[in-house]
Amino acid sequence: MTIICRIVMIMLLSTLIPTSPVAALEVRVGVLRVDYQTQLPTSRYDLRPEDLGFAGGILANEDNQTTGTFLGIEFGVEYMASAPEEAEATLDRMMADGIDLLVVMAGSDDLLMLADRAGEQRLLLNAAARDMGLRDGQCRTNVLHVAPSLAMLTDAVTQFAMWKKWTGLFLIHGSNPADQALADAYRRSAQKFGAEIVEERIFEDTGGSRRTDTGHVLVQRQIPVFTQGARAHDAVIAADSSDVFGLYLPYHIWDPRPVLGSGGLRPVTFHPAHEAWGATQFQRRFEKLAGRFVQEGDYEVWLSLRVIGEAVIRTNSADPAVLREYMLSDAFELAAFKGRKVTFRPWNGQLRQPIILTDSRLTVSVSPQEGYLHQRSTLDTLGLDEPETACTAFK
Amino acid sequence: MKLAIITALALLLSPPALANKVYVSNEKSNTITVIDSTSWEVLEEFPAGNRPRGIGISPDGQHLYVCASDDDTVRVFDAETYQELWTLPSGPDPELFTLHPSGNPLYVANEDDNLVTVVDTEKRVVIAEIPVGVEPEGMAISPDSRFVINTSETTNMAHFIDTDDYKIKHNILVDQRPRYAVYTDDGSKLFVSSEIGGTVSVIDPLKDGGPELTSKIGFEVAGIQPEWLQPVGMKVTSDNKWLFVALGPANRIAVIDVEKNAVKDYILVGQRVWQLAFTPDQKYLITTNGNSNDVTIIDVDAQKAIKSVQVGQQPWGVVVAPDK
Repeated sequence: MTIICRIVMIMLLSTLIPTSPVAALEVRVGVLRVDYQTQLPTSRYDLRPEDLGFAGGILANEDNQTTGTFLGIEFGVEYMASAPEEAEATLDRMMADGIDLLVVMAGSDDLLMLADRAGEQRLLLNAAARDMGLRDGQCRTNVLHVAPSLAMLTDAVTQFAMWKKWTGLFLIHGSNPADQALADAYRRSAQKFGAEIVEERIFEDTGGSRRTDTGHVLVQRQIPVFTQGARAHDAVIAADSSDVFGLYLPYHIWDPRPVLGSGGLRPVTFHPAHEAWGATQFQRRFEKLAGRFVQEGDYEVWLSLRVIGEAVIRTNSADPAVLREYMLSDAFELAAFKGRKVTFRPWNGQLRQPIILTDSRLTVSVSPQEGYLHQRSTLDTLGLDEPETACTAFK
Repeated sequence: MKLAIITALALLLSPPALANKVYVSNEKSNTITVIDSTSWEVLEEFPAGNRPRGIGISPDGQHLYVCASDDDTVRVFDAETYQELWTLPSGPDPELFTLHPSGNPLYVANEDDNLVTVVDTEKRVVIAEIPVGVEPEGMAISPDSRFVINTSETTNMAHFIDTDDYKIKHNILVDQRPRYAVYTDDGSKLFVSSEIGGTVSVIDPLKDGGPELTSKIGFEVAGIQPEWLQPVGMKVTSDNKWLFVALGPANRIAVIDVEKNAVKDYILVGQRVWQLAFTPDQKYLITTNGNSNDVTIIDVDAQKAIKSVQVGQQPWGVVVAPDK
């Protein structure tokens, strides 16, 4: 075996000053959440807490402030929830208040509107929107994406299916535009990794209430019929952004096959049973603070504020331009309870991160899967790689 | 995967050494495996509470201290009979600790509460609780006992805690997720390993005007993804010449020339190598390999792995009894 030994030595300019009692630097961040009219979720586990995202922000700010106390940095966060039609005015108020670092939980259209209104002298971190366009032709210089893209999620699922040799996929997708976009991402992933989509069906969203007393009786009759007679397949992929049918598929589909995607094995940024790589400490801290289990939105806001905190701590600056440059540089790295550092892709501002696959009880696996290699980082086997993106704002 | 074994010869040629007991904490099987340091045979495996991780021994070799992380306590065992004697109040989820060279007190990192707890090992009471950064983990004490070092995994700092007044006197920022800290025996250098950052920070603790980060050591092994080069446990030889660094999922020990701050070699060991311990004569270094359920014995002078010994499930920590 050939082992090359080499050392990388980085001499550092030691500019750190030990504990100073007076805050030498003040950093203020705004967390803006746009609340849309939504239906009840299919599962009560997915009920939306009032403090969704904000609770993650409070925890992150405590984490940042603990470090800040040792370094003389004062971190403050302002939390705003807003209806879609008020989002612009809410942003204006926050900007007038002197906030120029923002974490945004909003749909992609609103995120673009807010980014353009905020202007290039401010920095926005996307902690919710997964749409491809934001990382592609519609990317904005002043928006970095902590939330993963759809392609990162579908690549994570497809890599796992391929690792299991489940190469023949039966894709069932919803009828709304968001479901179609997710289905597109699965088609792209299948092509990327050599899986074959042997059959596709559309599950129409016909509306109706989410809650009926014995709905499972009907589901048990409807789903087998709906999935009957599909071409031979190894696994079923559910593309159901609208939360209409994905959770109904496991056990009910005609052929006994595993379900992945919006039901069965789901790709997530985080979930409350994740314990690997020290995550137990995160879960305990979060539950103590919020009195409930963590949701993806909380983790994504937590991570966004930690990204800002880390950049502030290393640069000793609160200037959005300085922070953005540092975040996109090779020097930036952050631990995120996922076993390896998370960093940004300089070509479209997307945070590289492992994606957890969960059966909603445990971490079943974490993608990228073994054997998927990349010349830069194996994390770049998930999502849009540099040659694939139409984003030019970062050039 | 098994290592090539050249043990028999190597052992026959060595001068007769004192037999010392090697204690390995098995995180998953909730036990301690006891190994004889001359025959490298397993002598015993005994229960040690829930999720035993950090492990240490009193200077007189009588008491074995084990962080039973899921029991929120430090269990104290008779090192000869393996009977549990008593527990020490450690604070919640203790993971690693360091003992004062005199054997008292014990300094424990409590990951959940962002505290370092100081425990009197004789009176079995908490003497002090020191607020530190988020998720404290690595613990070390300077050879002159003036400072206890704690590393905090999310704050990414090494905190210098004064052992007289339990106040933090200095903080040094290091790379992501600092796991372990160790001094050279002469006190001239302090090393801090950053698991996610993939580096070992070299700190001059005696610098005029306070401790200073002087350099960082990185790792590179052909055929291994850089993100899996994750430095964790470390030990430095008492002649201050060689630093051994466990590289976790890279399944290797890095051998670092302390004077040059440079990697000299990598030694292939078991899977997910985590913590290290020397025999008292420093002829051998024992590594715990969490995912292959064994320990690797390294010949320190030859800088070669000579044997692996099967232990319990997911070995985590290791300590060797002092000479009697």
